[in-house]
Amino acid sequence: MTPFLYSQGLPYAWAWAIATIVEILLIALPVMLSVAIVIYLDRKIWAAMALRKGPNVVGPFGVLQSFADGLKVFLQETIIPAAANKALFLIAPIITFTVALLAWAVLPFAKGAMLADINVGLLYILAISSLGVYGIVIAGWSSNSKYPFFSAMRASAQMISYEVSIGFILICVVLWSGSFNLGAIVEAQRGFGLFGLINGFWCSPLLFPVWVMFLISSMAETQRAPFDLTEAESELVAGYQTEYSSMAFALYWLGEYANVLLMCALNATLFWGGYLPPINLPVFYLVPGLIWLILKILFGFFVFSWVKATVPRYRYDQLMRLGWKIFLPLSLAFVVVISGYLMLTGHFA
Amino acid sequence: MIQAIAFYLFATMMITSAIVTITARNPVHSVLWLILAFFNAAGLMVLVGAEFIAMLLIIVYVGAVAVLFLFVVMMLDIDFSELRGGFIRNAPLGLLLAAVLLGELVFGILVSSAGDLHIAKAATVAATPAGLSNTAAIGALLYTRYLFEFEAAGMILLVAMIGAIVLTHRQRGDTRGQNVSKQVARRPQDATINLQPEVGKGVQL
Repeated sequence: MTPFLYSQGLPYAWAWAIATIVEILLIALPVMLSVAIVIYLDRKIWAAMALRKGPNVVGPFGVLQSFADGLKVFLQETIIPAAANKALFLIAPIITFTVALLAWAVLPFAKGAMLADINVGLLYILAISSLGVYGIVIAGWSSNSKYPFFSAMRASAQMISYEVSIGFILICVVLWSGSFNLGAIVEAQRGFGLFGLINGFWCSPLLFPVWVMFLISSMAETQRAPFDLTEAESELVAGYQTEYSSMAFALYWLGEYANVLLMCALNATLFWGGYLPPINLPVFYLVPGLIWLILKILFGFFVFSWVKATVPRYRYDQLMRLGWKIFLPLSLAFVVVISGYLMLTGHFA
Repeated sequence: MIQAIAFYLFATMMITSAIVTITARNPVHSVLWLILAFFNAAGLMVLVGAEFIAMLLIIVYVGAVAVLFLFVVMMLDIDFSELRGGFIRNAPLGLLLAAVLLGELVFGILVSSAGDLHIAKAATVAATPAGLSNTAAIGALLYTRYLFEFEAAGMILLVAMIGAIVLTHRQRGDTRGQNVSKQVARRPQDATINLQPEVGKGVQL
C-alpha cells in the first residue's frame, strides 16, 4: 500500500504512516468483529452438543446476541473495589486485550500479505503470547481479593509451564521449514505430504504427534476448557475476573476469545498450510487464500468448542503433570528425533 | 529522523522507568517498571538491527524472569519500610559499589575504543554478514566458532537447574503419591464385588 500512496505524490514518510495505520485497522477491526461472531458460534456449538437451542432471540438465529451483550455491558457501571490498586486494576484488562491483538501483525493472510514481514515472526509471537500472563497476574493482584489472587497464581504457573513445551514444538516446525518467518513457514508446506498432494505439515508422521501436542498446549495456554482452572467456578468464583464489571470485564471476554482465535490461526498457519488450499491441485487454488485461512481457523475453533463441550475440567496437579512430565520430555524428544531425521535425509544440505 | 525520534523515546523511557524501579515504594510497581525498562531495551536492540536479541530479551526476561519476580514479590509480604531503615548505614557501601561500577564502565569504553584486542572479537568484523539474517548469523557463529563455550554455558545452566531442584526437593516418607498408570489400569472388577444376599442374612465382606 505504501508504494501506491507514494506514487500518488505523498512524501514517503506520510505514505508509510498512513498505509500502516490503514493496514492495522484492516486487521484489527475484522478480528474484533470476528471475535463477536465467534462467541456466538461457540455458544451455538456448545448448545448443539448439549441438545439445546442456544442464543436464538436477538436477530435472525440469534446472530446479534454478542452485539446485544456488548451493548448491555457497555452501558453498565464500572465498579472499582475500594481496596483495589486503581491504576493497575484498570490497566490489566487493557493489557490482555492489546496483547491479544498485537500478535496478528505477523500472520500471513495471503502470499506476502502481512503487516510486518519480519524475520523473527515466530519469536515475536512467542514474545507477545508470553506477555498475556501479565494481564491476568496484575488483575489478580490489584483486585486485592483472595479468589482473583489464587487465580492469578494458577494462571502464571500454567502459562509458563505450557510455554516451555510450545517453544519446543515451534522449534520442530522451524527446523523443518528453516525459517522463523511465518510466510516462509507457510511456503515450506506447499506440496509437503503424500507425494506433493497435500499442503501442510500435519500429514508428516513425525509432525502429526507434534501437532496434537500443540493443539492441547494451546488450549492450556489460552485457558480454555478442559484447562480453565483459572476461572474454575466451583473453586474460584470467576477467578481473576471476579471483581471486574462492565467494559473491563468485556475486555477480558474479548481478549480471551481473540487469544483463542489467534491460537487457531497459528495452528492453521504452522500445521495446516495457512493460506494454501489443503490439497495441492490447481482447482483448489481458484479459491482465494484468505478464504482457506478463515475456513482453517474456523475448523480449529470448532475443535476448541467441541473439546469444551465434551471434556471435563482437569485437576490442577493433573494439569502440571501433563505439562512438565509428559509434554516437556515428549516435545524435547521430538526436537531431537526430527533434527536427527532431517540431518539423515540431508534436509539442511 | 524517525530512527532518532524512536531512539530518544526508547532511551528516555528506559532511563525513567529504571529510575522509578528503584524509587517506587511498592515492590510490585517496581517489578512492573522493570518490565517497561526491559521493553525499551528490546526496542533499542531492534533499532540497532539485533532483532533476534530483542525478541529473546522479551521472551526470557519479560516472559519468564520478570514473571517469577512478580510471583515472588506478590507472594512474600515484604515490609519495605523496614528494609529502608538501614539506608544511612549502608549508604557508603552503596556509593562505593556505584563508583566501582562506573569506573569499570568508563574503563571498558576506553579499552574498546583503543581497539585491537582479538580475544572478544569474531573473525568477521561485520556484525551480520551480508545476505544472512540476524538469526542465521548468530546460529552459524554459536554452533561453529563458539560451540564449546555454548555447550559449557548450557552445561552450567543444567547443573544449576538440577542443583536447585536437589536443594529444594525433599522426600517425605509420610505422603502417598499418585500412581497414574496404576489408577488407569484399575478395572471395576478389581474394586467391586457383586453380591445378592438372601433376605434376612447378612453379608460377609
